Amino acid sequence: MKHVLALLAAVGLLLGLASVGATQQQVTITYWQYFFESKVRLIDQLIPQFQAQNPGIRVVHENFPYDTYNQKVASAVPAGQGPDVINLFYGWVPLYVDSGYLQPLPTDAFPVQELEREFVPMLRNSRFDGKYWALPTAVRSLAMFYNDDLLARAGVARAPVTWDEFLVAAEKTTVRDAAGRIQVEGFGIAPGGQDHHLIREVLFRQWGAAPYSPDGRRVTYATPQGAEALRWYTDLITRHKVGAIDFFPGANGYRNAFMAGRAAMIFDGSFAIGAIRGGTRAKWGVAPLPRRSAGGEASNFGSYWVHGLTVRATGPKRDAAIRFLKFLVSPEVQRVWLERVGELPASRSLVSDARLANDAVFGPFIQGLAYSRATFFVDETAQRQVLMDAVNEVVVNNKSPMQALQEAAAKEQKILDDFWTKRAKKQ
Amino acid sequence: MATRTQAAPTTWPHLGLGARRALWAYAFLLVPLAFFLAIRLAPAASSLYISLHEWNIISPEKPFVGLRNFQTLLADPRFARAALNTVRYVAVGIPAQIVLGLLLAMALRRVTRLRGLFRALYFMPFVTPVVAAAWVWQWMYSEQFGPLNSILVALGLPTLQFLRSPGQALYAITAMIVWQYLGFQIVIFLAGLEAIPRVYYEAAEVDGASGWQLFRHVTIPLLNPTLVFSIVYSTIIYLQLFTQVLNMTFQDQGGPLASTLTLVLYVYQLGFQRFRMGEAAAATAVLFAVILAITLLQMKILSKPVEY
Amino acid sequence: MATRARFDPKVALIYAVLAAGTVVVAFPFFWMLSSALKPPMEIFDLRFLPQQPTLDNIRVVLTRTQFPRWFWNSFVVAAITTLSVAFFDSLVGYALAKLRFWGREVIFVLILATLMIPTEMLVIPWYILSSSQGWINTYWGIMFPGLITAFGIFLVRQFMSGVPDELLDAGRIDGVSEFGLYWRIALPQIKPAMAALCIFTFLGNWNAFLWPMIVIQSASMRTLPVGIALFSGEAGSLWHLIMASSALAVIPVLLVFAVLQRQIIEGIVLTGLKN
Repeated sequence: MKHVLALLAAVGLLLGLASVGATQQQVTITYWQYFFESKVRLIDQLIPQFQAQNPGIRVVHENFPYDTYNQKVASAVPAGQGPDVINLFYGWVPLYVDSGYLQPLPTDAFPVQELEREFVPMLRNSRFDGKYWALPTAVRSLAMFYNDDLLARAGVARAPVTWDEFLVAAEKTTVRDAAGRIQVEGFGIAPGGQDHHLIREVLFRQWGAAPYSPDGRRVTYATPQGAEALRWYTDLITRHKVGAIDFFPGANGYRNAFMAGRAAMIFDGSFAIGAIRGGTRAKWGVAPLPRRSAGGEASNFGSYWVHGLTVRATGPKRDAAIRFLKFLVSPEVQRVWLERVGELPASRSLVSDARLANDAVFGPFIQGLAYSRATFFVDETAQRQVLMDAVNEVVVNNKSPMQALQEAAAKEQKILDDFWTKRAKKQ
Repeated sequence: MATRTQAAPTTWPHLGLGARRALWAYAFLLVPLAFFLAIRLAPAASSLYISLHEWNIISPEKPFVGLRNFQTLLADPRFARAALNTVRYVAVGIPAQIVLGLLLAMALRRVTRLRGLFRALYFMPFVTPVVAAAWVWQWMYSEQFGPLNSILVALGLPTLQFLRSPGQALYAITAMIVWQYLGFQIVIFLAGLEAIPRVYYEAAEVDGASGWQLFRHVTIPLLNPTLVFSIVYSTIIYLQLFTQVLNMTFQDQGGPLASTLTLVLYVYQLGFQRFRMGEAAAATAVLFAVILAITLLQMKILSKPVEY
Repeated sequence: MATRARFDPKVALIYAVLAAGTVVVAFPFFWMLSSALKPPMEIFDLRFLPQQPTLDNIRVVLTRTQFPRWFWNSFVVAAITTLSVAFFDSLVGYALAKLRFWGREVIFVLILATLMIPTEMLVIPWYILSSSQGWINTYWGIMFPGLITAFGIFLVRQFMSGVPDELLDAGRIDGVSEFGLYWRIALPQIKPAMAALCIFTFLGNWNAFLWPMIVIQSASMRTLPVGIALFSGEAGSLWHLIMASSALAVIPVLLVFAVLQRQIIEGIVLTGLKN
């Protein structure tokens, strides 16, 4: 017996030496993300690399359909199941934190100053309760995709820089049939796509209405300026008729219309680059979001998916999860992520790389990052619905933009108040 | 092989015939009832429990809040809208589905050539996956490209907005749902019609009954069990519409302006997109009560003992 | 039926109406098929027939995804569930229609009540149960909620009510056991309804999405609808692959229908028992 123990001890010592700094026992942690083919494939390749660097840690990678990812997570959590490291949209962080599902990032492994120095400034928007809870590998911003062939055919020499130029270009590129039905949209309008972000963080701001108070608790866009911004947007549909909502059916009809050559311009996120690159017939390009005047205020909506530590990760699992999280947001992984997934790195230094900034496709997005804001959502679904409804109230119900906006602001304020009063009661 | 079990009841000679049969019935029901209790009724009860609590799914705490979730629902115009919409789907969809389904099933029974092909074609709508079907239907309704509007344009009429109009969208989606369930309804009616013994038709024909009289006095009464099933079951299904509406209005679920929102879609959004499980459970409890009341009422009015 | 060989204008009209109707009812189905054969760039052309028909989408689905695996998983789940439903539902439906016992009506309403809670609200309790029993990511976990259905019980009960009691009494006199009455005498009488029940149960499980999506954890356990859902994602929907995989997925359902619909036509019809 003693011999056996001695032998085991020796083997253990050897293994321990072989894996300097690694945890002694075998630890298995689970990582969840939604299905995005290139991400799934990349993570599958990165895991063996991580495991080689960290003997003793095994990572199980599971992924689920995008449209129902949230639901999958929500069903697993009450059963005490779920991952140790989870990928989630930054806008869900307050809810997950409020529910006690995420643990704060330990400051010894992730010092706050370091995070704020290394990551793009937008990261601050996901600070909650004075702490950081999750970190991104990559970030997104919005830009304008345009169909070069359609613009050229309509005599538009270059991508519009101001909103006035944008409107002219949209009018010129719109094609209608004899009955007045749009056959090619000048602007692939999509309030339910990325446009509600555009209205919130770009149009409102550029027209002179800050959408929210600085602490994010008050809705402040229901002003005459805000109404003007909304009117400008809805006029594109009702007055200028350069686009139609649900022109193409499905979840991302506006993007499909663009790829099929039936929309001259759309606003979309950098995550769409891969799809557009693979499926667009015409020559296309990317330009920064227009402004009101050539030197006017620039604004953009930024967003990101983050990896967080769940409360399930405790003891040795927690150490392993922290290591894996560090690995996922490391500059090396960010670099391959850019190459293989095509998403912008979240690190300040990588994103300011000159080659990237000058890239014809990535450049405008990178530029946008500098002035991007990530809306502080407490209930993304409901807040998105509020703005979509405001557009429809004007377009379908002929309400005045001011009235639609006042109603929207009241509804959204209630959503924010709900969240903060409940939160206050808990503390 | 099944007949081997026959010896069992005769071992209790002191039991009456009726009691023995009842025992058999309980034996038949034992496993299924236990199954329903564990898999359906207990979770339903837990949902009722949650309706009195505040729960965001993720949090382990579920504080008791009494009827507050129900009050929140009553104060939410979207809930009222969803309830009203749901009633409209039922009021328009069920009659259309039953009448069309019965007519088509009776017509299909007259077909002798290419019988299998015809039946398969009319079953297609129910086989076509909803995601694919919804996509095609959205094209058909498209104001810019849809064949329906092309016909209107060709006739010199103004175009219709269909899914983009709060006034028309619900009915446009109802048409798609009726189309889909026709495949189901026809098969049910075909089976029901086949179960009517032919002698009754023959006897009535000998008495000189006309086609309409046959339908009125033979088909309808003898089809009663099938009709009851179709109406009651379909009503339960229509009161829980979800998938079709979600796929027909994917960008603006239940839109535009909540004009196509159903109760279950509302429940889904509350529970799984906004994590307000307490309110979702409260809405479910209301829905359950409504379905139960309507079902009991229907069973009472419609069910008649079959008389031969 | 065979006597209708001569030309009958009424029947001709029925054929004409039904033929016209098929255009409407089957149009989306055929659009799906044609889209499955279109190259991705043509998917939005809105022409009914593909300009350059191709089998590429089908090939991609079959070889570059785990479609065969999804297909097999769905088949296992749908087939086993259908067998279970056919047995249990018909047994309960028979008991509710043909046996007299205390509590019959209440039990029937209770069973119907199980239809009245939307699945969306049941998945969390089911997940908790599955998790405690170790059913997550297993075939059993995917199919257990559907092994007995109120739909089928209700359907069978309605059809069983049309089976004459005299037939069963005659069996009893001949010394047939209660189970034998159900199995050998009542069940064959409702073949059309059983065929319909099997078709719908198979189809329902073949297309089931919500619960399988939640209980499946690993890629190798995915069923068809869960797999097909991967084609719509954040970057958009790959309609050419959705259509191709949907078209392939329909094949077994049509086969099941083709086989079972004969039972609906050839169902045994009683003749003059009462007299």
